[in-house]
Amino acid sequence: MARAKDITRRIAILGGLGGAGYLIARADSITLGSSFSQVAGAVEDWTLTAQRGLLGDRLAREYSPSDISPVFKPNGTFNPGTDEYNAHVAGNFANWRLKIHGLVDKPLSLSLAELRRLPRRTQITRHDCVEGWSAIGMWTGVPLGLLLKAASLKLNARYAVLRCADNLTGEPSKGGEQSPGQYYESIDLRDAFHPQTIMAYAMNGQLLDVAHGAPLRLRVERQLGYKQAKYVQSIEITDSFAGIAGGRGGYWEDRGYEWYAGI
Amino acid sequence: MTPDSGPENKRWLARLWVWPATILLGAWHQAFGKVTEAEGFYRHRALVRLTHWINALCILFLLGSGLNIFNAHPRLYWGLTGADADQPFFSLNAVDSATGPMGQTQLGPWHFNTTGVLGWSQAGGEFQPRGWPEWLTIPGFQDLADARHWHFLFAWILVFNGLAYLVYSLWSRHLQRDIWPGRADIKAIPRSILDHIKLKHPTGEAARHYNVLQKLAYLGVILLVTLMVLTGLTMSPGFNAIVPWLLDLFGGRQSARSIHFICASLIVLFVIVHLVEVVLAGPINELRSMLNGWYRLPKDHSGDHS
Repeated sequence: MARAKDITRRIAILGGLGGAGYLIARADSITLGSSFSQVAGAVEDWTLTAQRGLLGDRLAREYSPSDISPVFKPNGTFNPGTDEYNAHVAGNFANWRLKIHGLVDKPLSLSLAELRRLPRRTQITRHDCVEGWSAIGMWTGVPLGLLLKAASLKLNARYAVLRCADNLTGEPSKGGEQSPGQYYESIDLRDAFHPQTIMAYAMNGQLLDVAHGAPLRLRVERQLGYKQAKYVQSIEITDSFAGIAGGRGGYWEDRGYEWYAGI
Repeated sequence: MTPDSGPENKRWLARLWVWPATILLGAWHQAFGKVTEAEGFYRHRALVRLTHWINALCILFLLGSGLNIFNAHPRLYWGLTGADADQPFFSLNAVDSATGPMGQTQLGPWHFNTTGVLGWSQAGGEFQPRGWPEWLTIPGFQDLADARHWHFLFAWILVFNGLAYLVYSLWSRHLQRDIWPGRADIKAIPRSILDHIKLKHPTGEAARHYNVLQKLAYLGVILLVTLMVLTGLTMSPGFNAIVPWLLDLFGGRQSARSIHFICASLIVLFVIVHLVEVVLAGPINELRSMLNGWYRLPKDHSGDHS
């Protein structure tokens, strides 16, 4: 009896040693393999389930005006720089319009002036970049939930997909090449209707400047910086984002980052 | 340049550190080393042994992937916020010099030239700005998205493994009986320090129990891992909305990130001391006790000395 137990233990030790050795020695190759993405996806689902179960409608911390960062680091695109965008900048976005379409009964097309006449929310929140830095800013904008109610969502609506004016070069993916693409993001309706989720047109009391996403950007305060899409042009309501661009729900998501950026 | 060419061989050696090799040694010895009740005692129960090795693997991967994540913004700050415009207390930089780019490590007011290792080093065969070098990070190439995947995978395993250890150790009274220092232990601290300086290890019956410095080190590392998990959780904006006071307790987002890094450094220090002590105290005996549970009591040689 004892002998069999010893042998079982020895097999377990050697198996464990082999497995650990393989993981350590081949970590780079494993990272590049397709099954690694599947494991990462499962971990993301697990994190999402664990956090969402506890989150409810809780608010992100709001700070006082004295906490506002003197310099709020712009990141990603600093200026979309396309002819169309440059023309909008030259004309103070007077002819610019936000389109809300897709699975809605009443598609909307709103000018910046119209957006600014709607009920607004101002919040001083912390922006955490996935890279590790953070900054505090004051944002003013229209609650996204208000816009979506006005557009009257169809029953099968699940996601708000935000398309942006900037084409971002990105960073080398998996140690390889950079891959440019149109910036976009998506959030589900639970985050879209959260009271702190706003389409912001002002930062620190001034209309948004170009580096920070003029004329309109998303603030979804319980997620990381890359979800805070800048230069938003349209919001499409969908039941899935599988058919859009890389199919993972966002520019950085298509480049390996989590769709749920609450962590 | 494919990221899994060349350097991976070098990293393999670097990452071997000590433990996979020592497990090999231990596994080999396992086949030969039988310990009887007369020679020794059953020191580590199965669940403690299993959670120990799972924990070791988690720590290795969390450190490696953590350094890759750190490289995305290789600067540490105190307070609520911090970014490029703010003064870090610690940073790894690539700076220009008369002889070309160099790696520079900044700690408070001090700057050190660390070219080739910190700040500016070779990755995939080419020099580049890089906080920690490729042979320390997981994966070896710079890849924030995938480093985060490794980090969260092993973070979840660490949490469940750690909870299993803590619940079992409290329930079996292992923590209270074997690790929590008693009054006699506290009194023995000066003597234990002296023993450690002389590299004198307990023999005979005294070797049945951990010495007080050992107890404090194990308690300390349990506390450090707990702090790692808590400061790690406060890196998450979702978690911060759930439990906002924890981030306040750590002094804000950037302080929490810095504490996370400092605790990781202290865990590295613990691992180094732990491995040195294993070697000094008799690596075969120590390893066997963490593999099949049996520890041979070192013979009492006190009479041999003058």
